Amino acid sequence: MKPAVILFPGSNREQDAVRALRLVSGAKPQVVWHAEHELPKGTDLVVLPGGFSYGDYLRCGAIAARANIMEAVRAHAARGGLVLGICNGFQILCEAGLLPGVLVRNARLRFVCREVLLRVERADTPFTKAYRKGELIRIPVAHGEGNYTADEATIARIEGEGRVAFRYARPDSRIDETDGPNGAINGIAGIYSEKFNVLGMMPHPENYIEPEIGPTDGRGLFESLAGALKAA
Amino acid sequence: MKARVIVTLKSAVLDPQGKAIEGALRSLGVAGVQSVRQGKVFDVELAGNDRAAAEGALKEACDKLLANTVIETYKVEFAE
Repeated sequence: MKPAVILFPGSNREQDAVRALRLVSGAKPQVVWHAEHELPKGTDLVVLPGGFSYGDYLRCGAIAARANIMEAVRAHAARGGLVLGICNGFQILCEAGLLPGVLVRNARLRFVCREVLLRVERADTPFTKAYRKGELIRIPVAHGEGNYTADEATIARIEGEGRVAFRYARPDSRIDETDGPNGAINGIAGIYSEKFNVLGMMPHPENYIEPEIGPTDGRGLFESLAGALKAA
Repeated sequence: MKARVIVTLKSAVLDPQGKAIEGALRSLGVAGVQSVRQGKVFDVELAGNDRAAAEGALKEACDKLLANTVIETYKVEFAE
């Protein structure tokens, strides 16, 4: 497994991602500066970390999505390579057109920093094999613009193709948008690309991996990636 | 040549910030405000005097960066 974590000016969770990939996936991630034109040779996973790239100027992720390295990330994704965007990384993937839709201001206008419950919508992708379908996991969120939206046709397509990765759920596993942290349509917390090789999600699985800190429900995602890329 | 690009949310897109501003104007007692939608303005200076070329460049700027056409629309005005 050869992950590359992209560093944009204003990213601040890149070391959290590196740590999770080291501790859980057993990988030696490389941190790649956004101005580079190429990914390190043999890169099989690109991680776009959380943070506030370019200070969220213009729109969250908008300027980072046009960085040099994103052409290489686009080519990697087109070849079927795995891409994971967390929080600001999800916003960047949407702005880059690698995922449909957009993340707008939280419905209640507040920055939300707390733990949420996520329902794992499918357990047959490279990102979620270590979970069970329908499993509820505890993962933290920290964002002001995580309200996922898209036009009706796009939402219908994503739902029809089973491309929702995680939804904000209640303890009884029901989905209630008005109850979620940000008002996202259908409680969408993360989505896949058409070929399920690109995942964008607002919550931070990389922050729930060590028992010293709290729950470890985020480990499954990094275990899944390690499994998928070892097999490949 | 000077131009102004105005980017606004599409009418179908909820604008919680506009709503909050609307509420604040009401609480300030500003009379007659029915609704507020928030947008962005970009003042752009362009080299040369070729209006058609400038329009083309600004359209490209909007489509590539200034607006996210999933949720926003834009219009361009030229200063006389």
